[in-house]
Amino acid sequence: MNREAAISVSHLTKRFGDFTAVDRITFDVGKGEIFGFLGANGAGKTTAMRMLCGLSLPTSGRAQVAGFDLYKESEKIKKNIGYMSQKFSLYEDLTIRENNRFYGGIYGLTNQQIKDKTQFMLEYLRLEGKADTLVRALPLGWKQKLSFSVAMVHDPKIVFLDEPTGGVDPVTRREFWTMIYEAAHRGTTVFVTTHYMDEAEYCDRVSIMVDGRIEALDTPARLTGQYNAKGMEEVFVQLARKAKRNDG
Amino acid sequence: MKQFLYFIRKELYHLLRDRRTLFILFGMPMAQILIFGFALTNEVKNSRIAVLDNAKDEASTSIVHRLEASRYFDIVKNLGSNADLQPAFQEGQIRLAVVFPEQFQSQLLHGHSAPIQLIADATDPNVATTLANYATAIIMDYQHDMPGFVDFPYTINTEFRMLYNPQLKGSYSFVPGVMAMILMLVGAMMTSISIVKEKELGTMEVILVSPIVPIRVILAKMVPYLLLSMVNIASILLISVYIMDVPINGSMPLLVFECFLFALTALALGLLISSISNSQQVAMLISLMGLFLPTVMFSGFMFPVENMPVPLQVLSNIVPAKWFYYIVKDVMIKGTGMETVWKETLVLTGMLVVLLAISIKKFKTRLE
Repeated sequence: MNREAAISVSHLTKRFGDFTAVDRITFDVGKGEIFGFLGANGAGKTTAMRMLCGLSLPTSGRAQVAGFDLYKESEKIKKNIGYMSQKFSLYEDLTIRENNRFYGGIYGLTNQQIKDKTQFMLEYLRLEGKADTLVRALPLGWKQKLSFSVAMVHDPKIVFLDEPTGGVDPVTRREFWTMIYEAAHRGTTVFVTTHYMDEAEYCDRVSIMVDGRIEALDTPARLTGQYNAKGMEEVFVQLARKAKRNDG
Repeated sequence: MKQFLYFIRKELYHLLRDRRTLFILFGMPMAQILIFGFALTNEVKNSRIAVLDNAKDEASTSIVHRLEASRYFDIVKNLGSNADLQPAFQEGQIRLAVVFPEQFQSQLLHGHSAPIQLIADATDPNVATTLANYATAIIMDYQHDMPGFVDFPYTINTEFRMLYNPQLKGSYSFVPGVMAMILMLVGAMMTSISIVKEKELGTMEVILVSPIVPIRVILAKMVPYLLLSMVNIASILLISVYIMDVPINGSMPLLVFECFLFALTALALGLLISSISNSQQVAMLISLMGLFLPTVMFSGFMFPVENMPVPLQVLSNIVPAKWFYYIVKDVMIKGTGMETVWKETLVLTGMLVVLLAISIKKFKTRLE
């Protein structure tokens, strides 16, 4: 295992009864890297991601996240990671300011820090003057960008994004990826799952999961070469066809 | 600690912004008290009765006057003969008939007994019994007031005294009942819904990924509803005392303490429900079927537990509302202190500890 890596995983496995959702996956993610975690529906990527976030306990295997052991130091891991779930996770009946205050608050930020963060975020997202608008009233694209900013409110070392751009228009997706790049540029490690293959091309490295195992892991350019494909889409289709599980 | 305050603040926003729910939560106790107080009363007033007076002497007339004067009865018919009785009942005009025999007065003065027959429409047995009791009481009263009553040395008198509630007011029993119902509903249902809602929305995942300790999440969820419960208790007590004329005979601090204890028990039940249900509908259904109905049926405020079959009586012991109902009746109406309710209090405390322990243990810090 690589002690320097942001995430270091070795033979991580999750079984539900007879079903092996995640089967001995091994990989490292470097600091500041944008790591794409791909796979068809049911391939096990959400389960793997949940284990790394401490939402689900692995059956076996070892993992370090932000330099801390997944089993023994989960409290320290929690302080150092951000998480944006598939479902929209802000409170619609709270304003932008209140959402920020809540999430900042449960990460133990001081009042001043929360104020500064909120100010910075509103300027960054060009939402000045909207601080006291209920989140419910914002368009989906804004909500997703806001959600990402809230996941970053405590400046985590690693941020986990579970299909962050689902249902979002192409322009907003492009803007969203600009935000991801900027976060990575500031040194945050980004661990992202997606179904959009153009997004996979934006990643530093991608892994492709099939039936709970990691079948391929490299930079998008090298993967395309290796599989003699025109783009990530073709690589993905070639690999995903090998899947024996075909549950949703 | 600050984390915790941020969480409570957020919960209060949820609560205060949902105007419709808030309105229901505050309006419900008042509506229930008023409905039970003025509409769904089990007191019997102005019942239509008939008199068949075969004697028409001084004694019988005097008793009829007394019946007429009471607020329980309205004499709508004077029957001429026994044959009129059946049709009067069948037409549904009357619920009770009072029949005096011929020579009622002379039987009363000279004989050993002077029977009066009370015939009641027992299609509703409770009303029938109540009416018969009222009529008996009025007749006994008359006998008591008769001149020369003391000359009957061997007459055995049955005398009722209605302790604590001399006017037999229904509100004395439903105020504690409504308190139990409201606390159960606000505490258990609202808490469970508020937690399950976060599961549905996906915000629970984000909270669980954060460093906040699960027990703080649970407590922060409980605090706003505990406050709401206490506000409801205050409004119920105010309405009871000032509008329904139900006194608080016992110690106020003790009553508030017991309410607090029961509210906490309801919240703990709500937490338990939230940990076994994954949608708001399921949580609501379990709360209603599993908590609300037993509260109404087994607490003893609608149906006396003593009259139930033994297995149901045993079952009623696991319903927290039963114990709370006893306590509130004792403390509020009878005005007794801790010395009479310590056992019930202990049972409630025990339930609270067990429920809290289970629900904290079951509250899933990991989403499997």
